[in-house]
Amino acid sequence: MTESPIASASSARRALRTMWTTRRFEEAVDDLFARGLMHGTMHLSIGQEASATGACMALREDDAITSTHRGHGHCIGKGADLVRMMAELLAKETGYCRGRGGSMHIADVETGNLGANGIVAGGIPIAAGAALAFQLRKEDRVVACFFGDGATNEGAFHEAANLAAIWKLPVIFICENNLYGMSFSTEKAFAIEHLAQRAAAYGFPGVTVDGNDVTAVYDAVNTAVERARAGEGPTFVEAVTYRWKGHSKSDKNLYRTKEEIAEWRSRDPIGRFEHEALERGLLTQDDIDQIHAEVTADIRHAVLTANAAPDADPTDLLDAVFAS
Amino acid sequence: MEKVTLAKALNAGLRRAMEADPKVLIMGEDVGKLGGVFRITDGLQKDFGEDRVIDSPLAESGIIGTAVGMAMRGYRPVCEIQFDGFVYPAYDQIVSQVAKLHFRTEGHLRMPMVIRIPFGGGIGAVEHHSESPEAQFAHTPGLKVVACSNPVDGYWMIQQAIAHDDPVIFLEPKRQYHADKAEVDTEAEPDPLFASRVVRAGSDVTLVSYGPMVKTCLAAAAAAEAEGRSVEVIDLRTLSPLDMGPVLDSVRRTGRAVVAHEAHVNLGMGAELSARITEQCFYSLEAPVLRVGGFDTPYPPARIEEFWLPDLDRVLDAVDRTFEF
Repeated sequence: MTESPIASASSARRALRTMWTTRRFEEAVDDLFARGLMHGTMHLSIGQEASATGACMALREDDAITSTHRGHGHCIGKGADLVRMMAELLAKETGYCRGRGGSMHIADVETGNLGANGIVAGGIPIAAGAALAFQLRKEDRVVACFFGDGATNEGAFHEAANLAAIWKLPVIFICENNLYGMSFSTEKAFAIEHLAQRAAAYGFPGVTVDGNDVTAVYDAVNTAVERARAGEGPTFVEAVTYRWKGHSKSDKNLYRTKEEIAEWRSRDPIGRFEHEALERGLLTQDDIDQIHAEVTADIRHAVLTANAAPDADPTDLLDAVFAS
Repeated sequence: MEKVTLAKALNAGLRRAMEADPKVLIMGEDVGKLGGVFRITDGLQKDFGEDRVIDSPLAESGIIGTAVGMAMRGYRPVCEIQFDGFVYPAYDQIVSQVAKLHFRTEGHLRMPMVIRIPFGGGIGAVEHHSESPEAQFAHTPGLKVVACSNPVDGYWMIQQAIAHDDPVIFLEPKRQYHADKAEVDTEAEPDPLFASRVVRAGSDVTLVSYGPMVKTCLAAAAAAEAEGRSVEVIDLRTLSPLDMGPVLDSVRRTGRAVVAHEAHVNLGMGAELSARITEQCFYSLEAPVLRVGGFDTPYPPARIEEFWLPDLDRVLDAVDRTFEF
């Protein structure tokens, strides 16, 4: 059994800690990037922490996920080791994939994270396949498949949604709708009000929830997980949220107004949950302060430890192409 | 085993691979009750069940993507792409996921999957049904590409490809499916999967080919012999990685090389072979390496495909031209 973020003091702690870890991790990489200590590009999910955390809290340890280019929160939610994750972003030998994957391609097989994906919608049929594997083995495990609003206009989404529907696969399609596919707004990219309406076309339920409410996300995903475990097939959960930062490091935010961004920042999923946890008597201000301090220490440890590791060695690059 | 066609040999090889390993699954369009449009999976669903021979909707990207997820969870999927030209909807999954996952994850995730593609023309099936896309896959690091040319190789190579831990694009010459029969010794020790083979010895010129053109090249070699020219024919069998050993040994003896394939000449396998032969046999060459292939057009309508496909005359013409230098 999983626990809702508001079920107990310990689950509230876990929810808050996971969200704060995601935010502090991303703020740290944003800073490392700005100081020229991290290379390439990255996609930050700051502002979207509730959807990844709420969804992952509805999963068991032996369930699997597929992630996206904006996937740090999914990795952390599923239990990734922060040092190995940071090392992967810093292209270190000690990274999850020896620095070969980077920010956009972290895979952590031990925690059931089958990998983030630089191809929008690329992970959706893969999630269906992993779910088919669970189903064929008659295991009651499920796959949570994360993707963004943009992915639901890709062909791969539609092919995989139909396969999951006709085979009643134990997969939960979790659409983190942050209102923009890079610069293109969902208002322009869709002629429907809610992306979850698309589920009807394939014959499975679709629900739209406030993606900045970690409990609402948990509840919707939990219902979907129960349905999937019971052999009743997939569900589409649309979590409406907003990214505070640009799409990637090159984004100048020309397509959004300052007012819009400020408005969404006022709906901070973390501050909102802290407020709720205090009101419900689940956490005290001291608890919250302690979580802040622990997370700050964890991230500092991850940066320092990862940074001290040896750089990824390019000399045996060819060896990684094939198994044999 | 009695004398069988390539189609029957592949079917027997798939059956044996499925018997040997319960993790082997077949996925594709019409592969179940129908047994595939070319009947390569005939009878397998009846004997192994719907969980192991999975009929899929028309969704090539979905088939390959799903197979990737299955491979991640320990299965060995064998996907059938119905016709060569239908592979392009799945191209993104093959090139962006299948080929890159091992590298991207530093080997934490392996992709032991086979993508079977009936390829090439000669059956009056027009474009999208007669194409030779091998160079597009051979150009992609992370994929292995092989092509069988005869029933014996079909029987063994499909089993070896399925047992292999890396993704293999398995090309089957569709015009050979129901053509020549051969006796398959199921107890024999097969050649390795990634090895080329001299299929006819000769001393004047080396003719390099694979898949459907091997038969044409053997016929060309027989015709050349009548004219007093000794042509050595090599069946590459593996296109990526290339097994250059037999090719280079041969060209160092003959001093002349012709590469023949159905695919377009421009940037085809012949270009890579020509470059490698030139780099490594430069001082043995008596003539430039010549290429024979399809014309640089989309595959033509059925009525003129015989004009488009390289035939015995075009191969012999290239052989003759290597003696004009």
